[in-house]
Amino acid sequence: MVEIKKLSKDFGSLMAVNDISFQVKQGEVLGFLGPNGAGKSTTMKMITGFLTPSAGSVTVNGHDIVQNPLAVKQRIGYLPEGAPAYPDMTPASFLEFVAQVRGLRGSNKQSRIEDTVKKVHLEGVLYQSIDTLSKGFKRRVGLAQAILHDPEVLILDEPTDGLDPNQKHEVRTLIKNMAEEKVIILSTHILEEVHAVCTRAIIIADGKILADGTPAELEAKSQFHNAVTMTLHCSTAKAKQIRQSLLNLPGVQKLETLAKNNSMQSYQIFPHAHRSIIGEISQHARNQQWKVEELHVNKGRLDEVFRSITTV
Amino acid sequence: MRGNLIWVLFRRELASYFATPIAYVFIVIFLFLSGIFTFYLGNFFARGQADLSPFFTFHPWLYLFLIPALSMRLWAEERKGGTIELLLTLPITITEAVLGKFLAAWAFTAIALILTFPMWISVNYLGNPDNAVIIAGYIGSLLMAGAFLAIGSCISALTKNQVIAFVITVVVCLAFILSGFPLVLDFFSGWAPQVIVETISSFSFLTHFSAISKGVLDLRDFIYFLSLIAFWLFATAILIEMKKAD
Repeated sequence: MVEIKKLSKDFGSLMAVNDISFQVKQGEVLGFLGPNGAGKSTTMKMITGFLTPSAGSVTVNGHDIVQNPLAVKQRIGYLPEGAPAYPDMTPASFLEFVAQVRGLRGSNKQSRIEDTVKKVHLEGVLYQSIDTLSKGFKRRVGLAQAILHDPEVLILDEPTDGLDPNQKHEVRTLIKNMAEEKVIILSTHILEEVHAVCTRAIIIADGKILADGTPAELEAKSQFHNAVTMTLHCSTAKAKQIRQSLLNLPGVQKLETLAKNNSMQSYQIFPHAHRSIIGEISQHARNQQWKVEELHVNKGRLDEVFRSITTV
Repeated sequence: MRGNLIWVLFRRELASYFATPIAYVFIVIFLFLSGIFTFYLGNFFARGQADLSPFFTFHPWLYLFLIPALSMRLWAEERKGGTIELLLTLPITITEAVLGKFLAAWAFTAIALILTFPMWISVNYLGNPDNAVIIAGYIGSLLMAGAFLAIGSCISALTKNQVIAFVITVVVCLAFILSGFPLVLDFFSGWAPQVIVETISSFSFLTHFSAISKGVLDLRDFIYFLSLIAFWLFATAILIEMKKAD
């Protein structure tokens, strides 16, 4: 378990991380969201022991990062931002080096390296210098280095940045497969990633936690949560009457026209207080015998929640 | 401090010299220049003496430019490439990292120095030199190289920019060489008390190095170089701890 208590970091007058606390348990995949400069990387650098906190504490499975940094570092696998690696080494020699520093020996070391190489698909470039590798491969070398010793805690700073969609999918699958027995904290700009891999998300801006919950809980904060999108066939002449009848339904708060032409109308219908109104609307449509082309509920958009929370 | 970890870092670092052209360029230039200095400036043949003192005399000046070129990358490169974050979040201490890197650079200069062995063979072929003095010269030269490298390591820890690290290291090393030179000492000896002149002179690489290279193995000269190395490496570790995230 990773426990963060009242953690702060200032760089002179700049408060990069301001009094944040949270816990992550085994089996959780925590997504760290926030605009650039929000304090995501700084927090990760403190958890991994690269930066010393100005105040507060980080404990990893009972070990404090300031008091017992080596015990914490042994338990953590860390992919720093940009996946740095020694450019003049090959992935093979680089992983060998990290394995030795991590204290892996003999056949155990060999099997860990082989296992990891297979997991992140580095077989083809093992003996090429890292300098000459593509961005996607470099990122995978960084990821390999982080998971090499099968750590209890995995901290990944933008693990899928710069990868193509297939590679992103692979990395996410990899993370999901490891999730059960580990604590995983990852930062990302990509909101779809939160859905794909995270069991929990924290939105952070200006060094403070603004929201903390499951992706579904965060989405429920969206004004689009439980809003209904409906597309139906009707003539322009009848459109006004249809809009009015929808607005007269008790659960409906307001209605926006998304698109219209002379045979089709498309509406976004917002409920009062995030109530579920799809039943009402479909019932109404059937009663009125409208020719409905499309009818679905919106869960809410994470990007919209993100924007409304992080821009004041 | 764990020896096996320093050994792992040491090997990675030493291998990286040979993975790039640095090693070969350095060694070739070092051998070439030390040859030129010895035979032309040092009048190796004309002196008619079977010893290597013309060879060793120029080492401080050779090191003045070559060692900073070697040491400038020690930490500046890690900073620039972001690998410092990787290195310092591995389960190692800063002391281990500083020592591993320094020892690798030192071992590398030792390799360059060992490759000057044809010089030793020539002088033995031409006459009957006192080989104990020659060995002392090599030891002194290596110790001095270590001191240069430790200074360079510290200055490299200050910056991301290798050129800045190089220039500042040259200037600091020059100060350490010159503090034993008549140029500097005469300036002080006219008015300053003898104690101060001796103190300044005692900080000089030249004073200590020339004593060792003449075959005078005085414990104080060893202590001088080793404590200089320890001091600058300690400063390196402190600076990295303070400035690692900048």
